Amino acid sequence: MCSMKTMDADNRVAQETAAAAAAARKQQINTIIQVVGMLPVLILICIGFEFATGKFLTGRNISIVMQQASINIVLATGLTFVILTGGIDLAVGSILAVSAVTAVSMTLGPASSLAIPAALLVGLTMGAINGSLIAFFRLPAFIVTLGAMTAVRGLSRLAADDTTVFNAALPFAWIGNSHVFGVPWMVVIALAVVAVSWFVLRRTVLGVWIYGVGGNPDAARLSGIKVWAVLMFVYCMSGLLAGFAGVMSAARTLSANGAQLGMGYELDAIAAVILGGTSFVGGIGSIFGTLVGALIIAVLSNGLILMNVSEVWQLIIKGLVIVGAVALDRYRNKGSART
Amino acid sequence: MTATALDAPTQGTRPPTLEMRGISKTFPGTKALSNVQLKAWGGEIQSLMGENGAGKSTLMKVLSGAYHADAGGQILIDGQVVDITNPHVAREHGISIIYQELSLLPNLSVAENIYFGREPSKGGMIDRRTMKESCRGVLQRLGATFGPETIVATLSIAERQLVEIARALHAQSKILVMDEPTTTLSSRETDRLFALMRQLRDEGLAIIYISHRMAEVYELSDRVSVLRDGTYVGTLDKDDISAEKLVKMMVGRDLSTFYKHDHEAKAGRARGQPMLAVEGVTDGGKRVHPSSFTLYAGEVLGLAGLVGSGRTELARLIYGADHRTAGTIRIDGKEVTIRTPKDGLDAGITYLTEDRKHQGLFLDMSVKDNVNFSVIGRDARGGGVLNLRKAVERAKSSIADLKIRVASASIGVGTLSGGNQQKVLLARWLEAKPKVMILDEPTRGVDIGAKAEIYRIIDQLAQNGVAVLVISSELPEIMGICDRILVMREGHIEGEVGGTSGVPVTQEAIMALATGVQL
Repeated sequence: MCSMKTMDADNRVAQETAAAAAAARKQQINTIIQVVGMLPVLILICIGFEFATGKFLTGRNISIVMQQASINIVLATGLTFVILTGGIDLAVGSILAVSAVTAVSMTLGPASSLAIPAALLVGLTMGAINGSLIAFFRLPAFIVTLGAMTAVRGLSRLAADDTTVFNAALPFAWIGNSHVFGVPWMVVIALAVVAVSWFVLRRTVLGVWIYGVGGNPDAARLSGIKVWAVLMFVYCMSGLLAGFAGVMSAARTLSANGAQLGMGYELDAIAAVILGGTSFVGGIGSIFGTLVGALIIAVLSNGLILMNVSEVWQLIIKGLVIVGAVALDRYRNKGSART
Repeated sequence: MTATALDAPTQGTRPPTLEMRGISKTFPGTKALSNVQLKAWGGEIQSLMGENGAGKSTLMKVLSGAYHADAGGQILIDGQVVDITNPHVAREHGISIIYQELSLLPNLSVAENIYFGREPSKGGMIDRRTMKESCRGVLQRLGATFGPETIVATLSIAERQLVEIARALHAQSKILVMDEPTTTLSSRETDRLFALMRQLRDEGLAIIYISHRMAEVYELSDRVSVLRDGTYVGTLDKDDISAEKLVKMMVGRDLSTFYKHDHEAKAGRARGQPMLAVEGVTDGGKRVHPSSFTLYAGEVLGLAGLVGSGRTELARLIYGADHRTAGTIRIDGKEVTIRTPKDGLDAGITYLTEDRKHQGLFLDMSVKDNVNFSVIGRDARGGGVLNLRKAVERAKSSIADLKIRVASASIGVGTLSGGNQQKVLLARWLEAKPKVMILDEPTRGVDIGAKAEIYRIIDQLAQNGVAVLVISSELPEIMGICDRILVMREGHIEGEVGGTSGVPVTQEAIMALATGVQL
């Protein structure tokens, strides 16, 4: 009787230890899934395209895909900051246009060497205006940046005199068209932007504050955080990086059209951020995810072109994949317990 | 085993309305429930007690279908084994759960809420007349003073609770679970709720009542079951219930060690120089009229008063959380400008909020980030680069010092129990090394073990010369831990008890000031 009881107890202890070990393993797997996020999806899509076309996974093609993704990566990185605070920036496409126009126009004038700083300053200023309206006047980010999207578009047409500005001898054309050790400069720059942003978000005080403001703005304020400063920073960052993307775009094509350039770019950038697993209400997300998200979008475009899919169907498939991938992600994460 | 000794005698031949057997629930890293049982009979109020983290909420979530228990457990309703796979199935079996945070839709009417998801229809259209009429019946039965068309947002918390109960009754529930329903109620509202619960019991409902408040459990229960650390400790019958037994079962130790903070501990404190001097602080008369007081180093000063008397509002004005229209604040004799919480923090004040989930913690972040949140700026290396090693050190020492029950500092704070969450928040403010610490309801929703721990920390702070201001609605608590107590009423500081005021510290004296009625 007594020995049976001990055996029972031993058994139970063993069972509980096993259960705890299993639970720990499950948590480890969950953590890994959360960290890698959409990466498996990206890899699967790449393998699929390779099987379908036989020419997807070549060094040259990958370099093209990365180059095509680079502008969206930079825009989406800026947006990641904003969306992490629970905000949104719909103006990035228009800011890209006005910055590109500024950069190209400046090279045609006497202060050619100031073209890039001027373009970045324009982007930063636009971001700062958005940020002030949102941080100090407490206006909803969606409405402020929706207005900015339209108004800045007008500005960019005004700056370009409603035409295309063009400079065949653009001094910074190397950014868009030359390589370093075989890698396009555009790609190097985009990855550098990602790396710096990762550092800001994960290794600096500001990064923790950004997550905090997004996760619980009231608690952040009561913890002595200047919430306004954090909001200013993220919208300035988004504007600055949109300006940077404008410079890249100008360098790539040696030109900028005030009316057309950057139209709809904000939607691709938002799609990349969301695909990357960043929460739309703020507080959760990562730059690495955004990078993967932007790559998924670029890979889809490139692969579908290689498969000779018509542009109409490209749009339909891209849209469905974005929604499908996010649905998969949410479904996968549902298992983790949270009270 | 003690559990068997404490087991209640079975109820003759009448089968329980609800029986949960051998329920276990494992989360990643923790075993939240281990082989737990619970029985409830129709026509009885079955209380469920236990410290925060003991597993009460988890057990109820298993019952409601929100969680799936580990294999091996059983749930029986009227003697039949049922498989509750989701909340919908639970409802169909007649189980209704009313959580602390009510789940009503504020912009819809009472009737729409009661019928939500089960709207009656006539030819494809919502049959509003049937809805109204049938709701009116239920509301009358509950003695509600509002009608079915009232918009929920216009109701008080107590009235909203009534709507939740009405919804449960309307769905023909047999088993009604109430999770800490009185936390946000005034004493009159509580009395009314209890009368209603007794009425429903007499009508044959099985009520499961979860609470921390000993007196309430004592007053209401036909039977009390106790959980501790995810295990079932035992059940007491009505005649056996006593505070000492319950506490012993809940904490596994004696009551005598619990109120030890009383007199001898206070004797160790020495009142120092004035640390916080507040003069004429007001928000323009909206919630706080010009108020003045002095808080000394090494002192624990209580701020009592009824809910809504302006205690929290005054504290927030001092800290800079809300806009102050007039008044001066001196710290350590020097006047300071406080316009934002950051100013307050820089001046050496911290404010522990009464609402840790919405105003305090970052639930998606780790324990480490939560503990470090307000000091990472001070710790940072050049250029605002995080000092990760320092952050880990702070988190680890906080977990050890405050006895926070968590497997690792990188675990999300949202997964912890209430008491442990409160300790994490307290740790954040302790790390800021304040001169003045304002604690607003420091033990709200916290179990007895964590409470004792928090009292110990408060006492230690005072002994180390920190000036502590404690806001609390629990009179025994505020009387037990404070050197003197200020009482607020309708935005004014009405008076003081204890200390040099000459008024002895009694519940009567405090209530007389708080209500303006001489008892």
